[in-house]
Amino acid sequence: MRPMGNASASSDPSAILRPVSRSPVASWFGDVHAVTARNLTRLKRSPEVIAFALFQPIMFVVLFSQVYGGAIQVAGSNYTEFLMGGIFAQTVIFGATISGSYMATDIKEGIIDRFRTLPMAPSAVLVARTLSDLVINAVSMVVMVVTGLIVGWRFNNGIGSFLLGVGLLLFFGWTFSWVMVLIGLAIRTPETLNNAVFIVLFPLTFISNAFVPSNTLPTVLRVIAEWNPISALVQAVRTLFGNLGALPTPDVWPMQHPVATILVGCALMLLVFPPLALVRFRTKQR
Amino acid sequence: MAFIQATGLRKVYAAKSGDVVALDHLDLEVAEGSVRGVLGPNGAGKTTAVKVFTTLLTPDAGQAWVAGIDVRADPAAVRAVIGASGQYAAVDEELTARENLLMVGRLYHLGSKRARTRAEELLHAFDLADAADRPLKGFSGGMRRRVDLAGALVINPRVLFLDEPTTGLDPQARLALWDVIRERVADGTTVLLTTQYLEEADQLADQISVIDKGRVIAEGTADELKASVGGQRVQVTVVDEGDVERVRGVLARHGHGEVSVQGRELTVQVDEATRALSGVLAEVTEAGVGVHEAGVRRPTLDDVFLTLTGHRAETDAAEASA
Repeated sequence: MRPMGNASASSDPSAILRPVSRSPVASWFGDVHAVTARNLTRLKRSPEVIAFALFQPIMFVVLFSQVYGGAIQVAGSNYTEFLMGGIFAQTVIFGATISGSYMATDIKEGIIDRFRTLPMAPSAVLVARTLSDLVINAVSMVVMVVTGLIVGWRFNNGIGSFLLGVGLLLFFGWTFSWVMVLIGLAIRTPETLNNAVFIVLFPLTFISNAFVPSNTLPTVLRVIAEWNPISALVQAVRTLFGNLGALPTPDVWPMQHPVATILVGCALMLLVFPPLALVRFRTKQR
Repeated sequence: MAFIQATGLRKVYAAKSGDVVALDHLDLEVAEGSVRGVLGPNGAGKTTAVKVFTTLLTPDAGQAWVAGIDVRADPAAVRAVIGASGQYAAVDEELTARENLLMVGRLYHLGSKRARTRAEELLHAFDLADAADRPLKGFSGGMRRRVDLAGALVINPRVLFLDEPTTGLDPQARLALWDVIRERVADGTTVLLTTQYLEEADQLADQISVIDKGRVIAEGTADELKASVGGQRVQVTVVDEGDVERVRGVLARHGHGEVSVQGRELTVQVDEATRALSGVLAEVTEAGVGVHEAGVRRPTLDDVFLTLTGHRAETDAAEASA
């Protein structure tokens, strides 16, 4: 059989179509591109998901800042300034969970099995999944920043530090979406995942420094909050955005070095979860 | 070596109620350019076998080759020459027909330009051009299956795996899909087709493998299989269910072997069909039994299945899915 560079030049319409010759790397990026395009098209056709991703942060920012703003005192700052770091962190974490429920949905609907019969790179499916959700998180981020600025939040450490903060949030969200992808591959239905997320992540977000300073919590909860990785993320964001005010920094290592904690934590998660997810994906038997 | 081959495939699923043997030393050989129908009721192991060939499942034991490639040793090479369609390898319901085909073309690494050209060709060939830009979730079952099948044909694969391609379709959509499959076969594609419809295997397949409980229990052309279970049948449908037992006795005297009863329909194998039929009718009329329908028919694949396994294929399938 002769090589076919061009379908229209083929004289035999029933001959098998050969792949274009590309380097494995270019081919991998092509796969990621094709699946990401598919994910984003699906997203475009589900306006309720986009609406929720945009509306939820607006709702949280406005409700918390306006309802609790007068009641919660934050030393050397105001509640809106304090609050935004918490909302940012909460939004990227919950945004990352979308990866898990979409993964579970794709398996349930059988498109994953279609992918697995195609000569594409399996890892491309997973990378495309996490990248698609990075896009959702980035859009949420823009909406939140604008809403925050409207209700009186300011970043006080300059634009460079602000961009680092945004970058750290998105990086954490992307890393965490690998954890969710693995969970999405392991469970049976998207509904299971949504319930599990609510039961685990919701309390975890609340027993942290996200919405109230951790030094106001009773001892047991205060210790949990100080070691809670979500607190480290919130602390890192507040540090980079200059929203710490005159709050005392708790005397535990992660809270003293929040940016380093998050970077090391993300690196560890990236060493563990993408390989596990890939193994699970390759061997998944529905 | 055969173009599609399996030797001693075994697959056991762990289930709460104990292990389920899906494949029990399954052997299969399909010649290049031929169509093999794999026929069996739900749970016989058809889908599991296809999943092994399409690299979705690793067998516990045994070997499988597709187009001369060892499926376990080089699954990536297998994926580059096959097309798969059926109940498990789905299309994306949120995407349009064109988007689905374009995506599949790109994932076969045809490059964007050729993937687009190919998507257009297939949309026209499958009569989907008018609906090409609507998301599939608004499509009928038949149209969806056509997109699914078109997706399996994007590279003009040398081997095509169709897992129950027409299950759940209305008769008209089924006939239309059969035509499409016949065209591919005419182009020399080797096809492995699973079905629970005896008629479908009869219509499309050159050779049929009847499988039950994970192993092949009979093989041959449709005619060979029918011939292997003997000659013609006399079939009587009575008006009143209360007459079934009486007519069973009559049929037993005129035919040989067991009289099979399905509702009010009774069938028995006979030697001289016309004489047997007139004898049966005379006795039945004399007894005053109301006959709804009576006639002679050639053995069907249902008879084959009944003879080989002791149970009917389609009835079992219907019960299993109920």
